[in-house]
Amino acid sequence: MLPIVQHPAAAKEFVNDPNRSRWHDQALWFVRSKRDKQAASLPEWEYLRETASGIKTHTIANLSHYLQQFERNATARGAVVHWARDAEHHNEIVLRILRDHKTKRIVKSKSMLTEECGLNHYLEDNGIDVVDTDLGERIVQLRGETPSHIVLPAIHIKKEEVGDTFHKHLGTDEGASDPKYLAEAARGHLRDKFLAGEIGITGVNFAIAETGGLVVCTNEGNADLGTSLPRVHIACMGIEKLLPRQRDLGVFTRLLARSATGQPITSYTSHFNGPRDENSELHIVLVDNGRSRLRESETFRAAMHCIRCGACMNTCPVYRRSGGHSYRATVPGPIGSVLSPTRDQNSYKSLPYACSLCGSCSDVCPVKIPLHHQLLAWRGELVGKKLLPVSKRLSMRCASYLFRFPALFRLVGRVGRFALRVLPRWATHNRLNVWTIARELPEPPKESFHQWHRRHRNH
Amino acid sequence: MTVALFVPCYIDQLYPDVAIATLELLERLGVDVAYPDGQTCCGQPMANTGCETDTAPVARRLVDLFADFEAVVCPSGSCVSMVRNHYAAYFDPEDAKFQHVTSKTYELCEYLHDVVGVTHLDVKFPHRVSLHQSCHGLRELRLGQSSESMTPRENKVRKLLNLVEGIEWVEPDRPDDCCGFGGTFAVNEADVSAEMGRARIADHCGKGSEVLASADMSCLMHLQGLIRREKNPIQVMHVAQILSGRPLGAA
Repeated sequence: MLPIVQHPAAAKEFVNDPNRSRWHDQALWFVRSKRDKQAASLPEWEYLRETASGIKTHTIANLSHYLQQFERNATARGAVVHWARDAEHHNEIVLRILRDHKTKRIVKSKSMLTEECGLNHYLEDNGIDVVDTDLGERIVQLRGETPSHIVLPAIHIKKEEVGDTFHKHLGTDEGASDPKYLAEAARGHLRDKFLAGEIGITGVNFAIAETGGLVVCTNEGNADLGTSLPRVHIACMGIEKLLPRQRDLGVFTRLLARSATGQPITSYTSHFNGPRDENSELHIVLVDNGRSRLRESETFRAAMHCIRCGACMNTCPVYRRSGGHSYRATVPGPIGSVLSPTRDQNSYKSLPYACSLCGSCSDVCPVKIPLHHQLLAWRGELVGKKLLPVSKRLSMRCASYLFRFPALFRLVGRVGRFALRVLPRWATHNRLNVWTIARELPEPPKESFHQWHRRHRNH
Repeated sequence: MTVALFVPCYIDQLYPDVAIATLELLERLGVDVAYPDGQTCCGQPMANTGCETDTAPVARRLVDLFADFEAVVCPSGSCVSMVRNHYAAYFDPEDAKFQHVTSKTYELCEYLHDVVGVTHLDVKFPHRVSLHQSCHGLRELRLGQSSESMTPRENKVRKLLNLVEGIEWVEPDRPDDCCGFGGTFAVNEADVSAEMGRARIADHCGKGSEVLASADMSCLMHLQGLIRREKNPIQVMHVAQILSGRPLGAA
């Protein structure tokens, strides 16, 4: 069983370090602002979102049809399609392919699916040398951490810290933190790894049912290099990555990079249509890992539309202040808080509450997932399953009772206001009253509106 | 027609002047306003915690209380969104009273803009003002265009405030980032909530605003709590107070 995540506690250190949380907030807001400019540059932005949402709704509704069509067409192009019911199964399939090829070294481009499945650890435990070739993921990997963001895996790490990590692992000059210098060092380091890599593993951004082709979007070109040098390419994808037709792709490539990083398009949009020649192999691992179960839920099904752009993280005021690791899941932020409880309700029960319901995620989402409505819906589900702490459940029961009896409500209000006026400050502003840890209480007025109204409007 | 004034629980108890300003403003504009007795809460705290069975009877009470009025007006975007966008979970969709109340409950600025069609207000407020756009007013009631959305929308709150003489607008860097109140979120996630609020205040203060104005007093209650703790040189006021001609510092 997974440990229970208490988001407020998990976020505490990060949010209470203003140097880190404010810098993190600014860095992500900068990305969000770039996204706004790009979105505003397309008059048809909202139309694209609507269209993308429609395509995804259709695809998810007809998923088995499109998956089978994809398998047929990919196989016809010479690819080998594998079906994995869960993370473990996925990892076993990948390891089996590596063993079949007697491979000890793999190069991997960014894939949140393999993070979700814990592939790196699994392979390392089985004696495989895994090198993440995305710069952010490599930084995180060298530090023994996990990504804190799905698009910007090392966004929580400052350049000085990257300098320290590279000094330790790559032998860069001590104290050097110039991004160009560090990137150049990483480039040199990774180039050797690319040359030594025997099999390339990539994630998948889109898979096209009618062609059997795959699309991988990167900015560093590492997916291309990682699949061009080795003879074998393993592409791992969640079953929700499917699009019916080639012509649907343009809708999504126009939305993806603009939403993710505020670029018109990623530097590399690589299309893989079968293995590149007769001496090469392309393995495609289609992973379920809870997705079919999510698909059965009418309330949460739309979360399968997600194209993993990360825009909801960049815009989320809670994520920006608490950092991705506070969610204790591969996918953090609003979409993560919707997805994680579908895996384990008890472990992730605090995540739907790590949200002020501001709704910015729903407005920013390029595929129109009603994220904040889903987070609210989760709360209802959790209460229904008795997973809300008794103290909170009880306080809501009391509030409900209070609000059903206006005379009682007025009496409690009157007593409360009187108490606030006469009690010494220490009795109202203390650690037991969480409101007052950072804030003052409102100054209590002598009379409520109800009392005022009685006096002035003669009712 | 008679319009019911819906006064949210925390405004009734903690910020009565916001309700008084709302009432006076509506009366001055010739609206026939009644204040039905027996009001408490819309049920949002329970609903947003996920306690649906605790919400239902409170929602039922509100609908019964307001069913006989032609319209309901409330100076809080959040409470109106609760009635308009979230009550469906607690009623039979065919329930005529529910249908009437959910479709005829208006946020104050929305009512003044869309129904009354106010074009003139004889009030002055010669101060530097910045607008805090509450999330529910903006993204659930669409009182304006959220910065994420590319669908053009008029900003009803700002349009009304522009009828007030003397307002010097001050624009924060982030036009609609959440203040971090979020109801029970403010205590569930107290650290993150406070940090969100401090960032908003710093943004507004840094641009030289004297008054942080909002159509949602709940955001302002949280922000005011932080401002008073940290002694920031800025005050909060509800939009109804400015529109009704209150002087600086009425909240």
